[in-house]
Amino acid sequence: MRKTRYAAVAFAAAAALTMSACGGDSGTDAGGEDTGSSDTITIGIKFDQPGVGFMENNEPSGFDVDVAKYVANELGYSEDQIEWKETPSAQRENVLENGEVDMIFASYSITDERKQRVAFAGPYFIAGQDLLVNADNNDINGPEDLNGKVLCSVTGSTSAQKIADTQPDVNLLEQGGYANCVTAMQGGQVDAVTTDDIILAGLASTDANSGKFKVVGNTFTEEQYGVGISQDSDQCEAINTAIRTMVEDGSWEEAIMANTEGADYSYNDELNPPEPAACA
Amino acid sequence: MSNQAVLFDVPGPKAKRRILVFNVLGGLFVLGILAVAVNGLAEKDQFEAAKWTPFLEWSTWQFTLLPGLLATLQAAGVAVLTSIAFGLLFGFGRLSGVAPLRWVCDVVVEFFRAVPVLLMMIFLYQFFAKSTPMEASNAPFAAVVVALTLYNGSVIAELVRSGVFGLPKGQREAGLAIGLTPAQSLRSIEIPQALVAMLPALLGQFVVILKDSALGYIIGYTDLLANAQRFGAGAGNMLPSLLVAAAIFILINMLLTFTAQRLSRLLGARAGKLLQREDAIDPEGVEAPVK
Amino acid sequence: MGGFFALFEGYDVVAAFWMNIQLAFWAAIGSLVLGTVLAVMRISPIASLRWFGTAYVNIFRNTPLTIIMVFSVLGLWGQLQVNFVNDFDLNFFMLAILSLSLYHAAFVCEAIRSGVNTVPLGQAEAARSIGLSFLPAAWLIILPQAFRGAIAPLGNVLIALVKNTTVAAAASVAEASGLMKTMIEFRPDVMTQIFLTFAIGFVVIVIPIGLLTTWASKKLAVAR
Repeated sequence: MRKTRYAAVAFAAAAALTMSACGGDSGTDAGGEDTGSSDTITIGIKFDQPGVGFMENNEPSGFDVDVAKYVANELGYSEDQIEWKETPSAQRENVLENGEVDMIFASYSITDERKQRVAFAGPYFIAGQDLLVNADNNDINGPEDLNGKVLCSVTGSTSAQKIADTQPDVNLLEQGGYANCVTAMQGGQVDAVTTDDIILAGLASTDANSGKFKVVGNTFTEEQYGVGISQDSDQCEAINTAIRTMVEDGSWEEAIMANTEGADYSYNDELNPPEPAACA
Repeated sequence: MSNQAVLFDVPGPKAKRRILVFNVLGGLFVLGILAVAVNGLAEKDQFEAAKWTPFLEWSTWQFTLLPGLLATLQAAGVAVLTSIAFGLLFGFGRLSGVAPLRWVCDVVVEFFRAVPVLLMMIFLYQFFAKSTPMEASNAPFAAVVVALTLYNGSVIAELVRSGVFGLPKGQREAGLAIGLTPAQSLRSIEIPQALVAMLPALLGQFVVILKDSALGYIIGYTDLLANAQRFGAGAGNMLPSLLVAAAIFILINMLLTFTAQRLSRLLGARAGKLLQREDAIDPEGVEAPVK
Repeated sequence: MGGFFALFEGYDVVAAFWMNIQLAFWAAIGSLVLGTVLAVMRISPIASLRWFGTAYVNIFRNTPLTIIMVFSVLGLWGQLQVNFVNDFDLNFFMLAILSLSLYHAAFVCEAIRSGVNTVPLGQAEAARSIGLSFLPAAWLIILPQAFRGAIAPLGNVLIALVKNTTVAAAASVAEASGLMKTMIEFRPDVMTQIFLTFAIGFVVIVIPIGLLTTWASKKLAVAR
C-alpha cells in the first residue's frame, strides 16, 4: 500500500531535492530544516521501481527505501537528514567510488565482480528470479510452462535470456521498463513478466494493479540484495547490526508486507530473512 | 495557400456537391478509424477515469511533468546554444581557404551527420560515466547534450555552407570587384546574408533538437518522457501518460514551427528571394528540415 | 585489442545491421506511399482531406519517434491486439516498420510539397486548360515534376530514416543500437572501438545514399 501523506518536512526536503537533481549539483543543501546535527547522508535508490525504490510526488517509497530509512536511523540520521539520489543500475559502482552517495539500497545484488570495485553490507534480502502472471492464470507455474508463451522483460536483461536458453519456444518481448510489460499483460498480449520476485511484487502491489496480478512464487535464482558502500567505508558492521535489529523487532517483515500488499506474494522463507555476511 | 487554386478550377455547383460528398465521406472515414481505436482502447479500460484524473491534479504536474519538461528544455536549450557554436565553427571551417582545415571540417561534419544520435548517446553516456572523472549522475545530461550538439551542430554547419553557396554569384563577384580579399568578402558580404537566409531552417532544427532530446530517457536522463513513463509505472496508466507527454511535445514543437514560419515571412523580402521561387504554387510552405 | 576482435565471434554485428537495412527498406516504401497520398491530400480541392493531411503532418512530425514506437507496441499490439502475422518476432518487425513509416511519411509529404513548389504555375494552368481535372493533373503533370524536384529533400528523409531505425529497439527488434549497448556493457574496456565499429557501419550505409541522391537530383532536375 502506497503511503500518500504529504508531510510538510518531506515536502520541503523534496522540493530542494528536485532543484539539486535538475541542476545536477550534489550539494548537501537538501536536508531541509534538520534538528540538531547538521550532517546529512546521501542514499542511492531506484526511482522507477514501485514497491522497491520509487519516487512519486517527491516522496520515496518501497522496500529498499524502508530498509534504508531504518538503517540510516540506526546510524543516527533522522529521515529529514537523508538525501535521496537516483542510482540507475549502470551507475552504481561509479557513484560509490567517487563518493557521490554514501550507501546504495537499489536492488543491488552482491556479486564477486562488483566486490572488486565496491564493498557490501548485508544482504538484507534474498530475492530470486520469478514470474508475474495475471491473477486468474493457473497455467504458468514456472519457466517450464513458458514454451509458446509470450514472456516480457526489459531490454538487454539477462533474466529473460536465461529462460529462453532452456525454453527455446518462448517468445521474448523486450521493453523499456517492467511497467510497459505489465501494461501489455493487462491488455492480454503478454503471458508472463520476469525479473526478481520482489520487484514483480512491488509492481503488482501499486494501487492501480492491486489484485490483478500474482507472483508465481517459484524462484529459480538467488540474488542477495546488499547495501553498497565504498571500499574504504567503516560503516559495514554498523549497517549489519542495524539490519539484524530491523529483522528482530519485526520492522523488516512489516516493510515487506506493506510494500507487496495486493500482489499475492510471499517471500522465500527458506532464505529470508538472511543473516548479514561478515564484513571484509 | 493562396495560390493553391491553380491546381483546380473554382468549383461549380456540380463540383461543389461532389466536394461536399467527399468531405463527408472523408470525415466519416477518419472518424471511423478513430472510433475503432477509441472503442478498442475503451474495452481495455484505457479510458476509465482513474487513469486520467491524475493529470487534473496539480501534484502530478508539480512533481512529475513540469520537472520533466524543465529537464527536457534544459537539455534542448543548452544543446541549441552549443549546436549553433559548433555549427558556425565548422561551417566557417568548411568555407576556409586553408585546404587541410577544410578537409578536417568536412570529415567531422559528414561523420557526425551520418551516425545515429541514439548510438552517440549510448556510447557517450557509458564513456562519461566510466572513463571520465565526471560525476556519474551528470553523465546522462552531458551525453544528451553532446550527442545532440555533434549531430545538430553538423547539420547547422551544412546549413551555413549551403547558405553561402546558395547566394547569387554576383554577391561574391561584387565583393571581389571592390577590392576585398575572398576571406573578407566571405566575412562581410556572404556570411551575413547566408545567416539571415538560414534562420527559418535553423529554427526548424530546434524542433529536431527538442524531439531528439526525448531519446535521453533510454540512457536514464530524467526528461519529460522518462518522468511520464515513471508516473505511468506507479499509477498504472502508461498509455495515458505517454499520450500526455506526446501532446506536450507536439504543442511546443508546433509553437516553434509556427515561429519559424512567421520568421520566414518576416524575412521574406530578404530570405524569401534567396530560398524560394516567386512563382511557386505553395509559396508559404516552409520547407521543413528533416532530422 | 586481441580481445576486441574475439568479441565479434560472440555477437552477430552483421545480422544486426542487416535488420536496420531491412527496416529502412520497407519503411522507405511505406513512408513514400503514405507521404505521397498525404501530399496529394494537402493540395487537393477537398477541405476535409486538406485538413486531415495538415493535422497528420503536424502531429507526427512533432512527436518523438520513440513515443510512436512505444505506443504502437503498447497500444496497437498490447491493447488493440493488432497482429499482422502469427510469427512473433516478425510481428514486431512489422510494427516497427509501421511506426517508422507513419513518422517519416510526414516528412516525405513535406518534401514532396517542397517539390511541388518547384513546379511553375504555368504547368498547372496548362494542365487545366487541356481539361484535366485535379487527380489527373496532379498525377500526370505536377507530381512527376515535383518528385524530380524533391529528390534532394527525399534523400535527406531517407538518410534520417536509416538512422532512425536504431529507435526500433524500443519495439523489441534486435537491431544495431541494442547490440552495441549490450556489447559496451559487457566490454566497457573497448567501448570506443565498439562505438566506432557501429558508427562506421552507419557512415558506410548513409554516405553512399547522400552521394547518390545528390547525383540523382542534379541528373534528374527539370531544366528551367
